[in-house]
This record gives sequence, structure tokens and C-alpha cells, in this order.
Amino acid sequence: MGLTVPADHKTVSYVPESQEGWVATRLDFLVNWSRANSLWPMPFGTACCAIEFMATAASRFDLARFGMERMSFSPRQADVLICAGRVPFKLAPIIRRIWQQMPQPKWSISMGACASSGGMFDNYAVVQGIDTIIPVDVYVPGCPPRPEGLIHGIRLLQEKVKNERRADSYIRDEMLPDPSSELYIPPSVINELGEPFGNSVHQNRSAP
Amino acid sequence: MPGSALTDAPAPASPKEVSHTGAAPNPSAAALAERFPLAVERTVVTWGETVVFVRPGSVLEIMQWLHDDPTQRYDYLSDVTAVEYRDADQPIEVVWHLRSLPFRRFLRVKAQLSKIEPLEIPSVWSIWKSADWLERECYDMFGIKFSGHPDLRRILMWEQYREGFPLRKDFPLRGRFSRAEQLRQALAQNPESRYSMEELTVADAFEDLPEDMRRRLSAGERTGE
Repeated sequence: MGLTVPADHKTVSYVPESQEGWVATRLDFLVNWSRANSLWPMPFGTACCAIEFMATAASRFDLARFGMERMSFSPRQADVLICAGRVPFKLAPIIRRIWQQMPQPKWSISMGACASSGGMFDNYAVVQGIDTIIPVDVYVPGCPPRPEGLIHGIRLLQEKVKNERRADSYIRDEMLPDPSSELYIPPSVINELGEPFGNSVHQNRSAP
Repeated sequence: MPGSALTDAPAPASPKEVSHTGAAPNPSAAALAERFPLAVERTVVTWGETVVFVRPGSVLEIMQWLHDDPTQRYDYLSDVTAVEYRDADQPIEVVWHLRSLPFRRFLRVKAQLSKIEPLEIPSVWSIWKSADWLERECYDMFGIKFSGHPDLRRILMWEQYREGFPLRKDFPLRGRFSRAEQLRQALAQNPESRYSMEELTVADAFEDLPEDMRRRLSAGERTGE
């Protein structure tokens, strides 16, 4: 077996020729390495970002190089939710339910300006950033991001996965929303995130 | 022969030949004014398209005639929508886009609704079934009640939406509630709450299905499972 322990138990010797088929590593590294390189995406494409996402998955940019060629159209077999496009309020309970249907471990990527912040759609119908509905790991800026941008975001997510430690069990705890409001984060924070910026500040909101 | 009217109709004009005003009106406009002298208010021709303003009360009668009369035969309702002007005194206009496939005619019919009265107008669902979702959308965005519609409820916004009618001029662009309240209400909606069974299953529509589909369904074949 390569490693031989003499009877006095004080030294370990090995024969290099019989080392084949053996590797010694940290369990964290092995688990994270395998997880990071076989992330199955759940594509949640709602707008033009989904076109770029399809281009990323096609042969020229080839998402399969990163172990993501298997699009999981069922959230039950997905590891990473990629929200590509704007999310209207009517879709908010849908994406929340899809996220809750995904088993741990799970991550999410918010692709593009609209998914990350509402983008140019600062109006009555569009969620101002999906981080008000589900936790987000990586934000990819762009309108829409080029496939290189999405791949960079995916690489960042892989880095994050590789740096996780099994001792930090809390990162795998399922977040539970506040039962009365169904929100993960306090309403004041949501209002702050939804504050107008850019040209939107010139438009007035009537009293609630 | 249903298609025989095609040979009598002139070929559609190229857009280059159309003047802003003064193009020849759709012959249906004159026929309408003659048939319903009290209900037709005026006719306007803009960019070669004829707009007929009619009284709201006689919409159903006029539409029925446009659909049934052998010299009109408007068999296709392509849009129902509404226009609200920024000028508060201007009435809201309800717009129907009608197309006569046999005569190659396009007619736009408008009815003006005063804002000081309840916004209500007869539904044309009994004439064209395509009015179903179009009128629901118009109700959703403008709050116009289409009396006689079989299932008038919101179609774009969710059904428990409480902020009002988004395309009205008094509706703020960001909505009336705070972002957190909007999100809370959106998450509390049940997307399947009011879907009727006909929308979710083919069971009730079974008798209307084609013969081969009925045979395959009877044999136990299912899709989408």
C-alpha cells in the first residue's frame, strides 16, 4: 500500500514506486473543488440577459469548460440560480419559490443591471434588485453583460465556493424569511435599496 | 364565396403616397354615418387611416353592424385599448382597431368617456372573442369597466394588486406604495389563486379538441408531466 509503518510506530517510510493511485489532501479542498467545478445552473432568464447567457452556453464561449454544461431546468437538481433579466413584482413569488425549492448547497448569480438593481426600470412593476427577494452571491454588471462578463462572475463564484470551509456550517443554513412580512431583510433596507438614482430622482412619488 | 370580395378591393396604398390629412377615408365611415346618423360624431383621416368617433352608448350596436353587414364584414378585432390625455379636461378615449379581411379595410373606432362619470362601456366580447384578454388588459391598465365581459379581472398585474391603474395619468411612475410594501404585497400574492380550471387543464375543453387529440388523450397519453 505504499505507506509502511514499522513495528515501533515511530517512523513512516514509503516506497515511491508504489505510490500510484494515492493522493493526500484536505477534505475541504476536495469537496469544494468538486462542487466548484460541477455547478449546475438553474437558468432564470427573463430578458435580453438570457440571450447573452445562451451565447455563454453555446460553443464559442462554452460554459462546459467550467463544468456547467448541464442546464438544470428543475430547481431540485440545481446548484446555482442565474437570474438573467429584469424581475417584475408579479414574478417575485415565483423566483422566491424556485430558490426555496433548490437544495443546499446553493448559490445565486444576479446577471445584469436589471436583476441587480432594477436598472433603468425604476417603475411600479419591476423589483429593484433581486437581493430584496433572495440572497445573491455574485452580481454581474452590464446591460446586458457580455459572455466574458458572465464567465468572470462564474469564476468569482467558483473562487467563493473553493474558499468555503466545512467548519462554517452556518453558510449552509437555509435562510428563513420573516413570517409576517415574508421578507429576508428589513423594510427600511429595501426602501433604501429602492431609492431613486440618476434621472429617476426628478420623478416624485405620491404619499403612500 | 367568402373570398370573392378580394377581387373588388383596391390594392393597399404604399405608405409613401399617403398624405398627413386629406387622404380618402375608408368607405365604411360614410356607410356608418348614413346608417347611424345620431351615433357617429365625426370622422377624421390621419395618415390614410380613418378614425370614427362614436357615442359610447351605441358601441355595441355599431360594432355588431360592422361585423355582420355583408358590405362591411369586419371579422378581425386586432386591438382594444384606451388613451388618456395629459390635459385633465380631455375625455378618455377607448379605441378599437378593426380589420376587414375580405375588403382589406382598416377602421379605427373611438368612443370618448368623460372622467367625471364612471368609466364604463359595453364589451364587444359577444361579437369578437379576441376582445376577452384585450378588454381585460384595458381594464387592468385604465380601470375601464367593460359591461358584459364574462371574466373581467386583471391580466398583467396580479389580481390582488391594490395600487390602482398604472397607465392613468394620476398614477405615479413608481407606484403608490413604498418599495418594501410593494414587495411584501407581491410576495403575498398567490399566483394560482384565481386561475380557472379551464386555464390549467384540458379536461373541460375535451369535447372541443380535435379528434386525434381526443383519441390520444383517451388512450392515456399525457404531455408535460
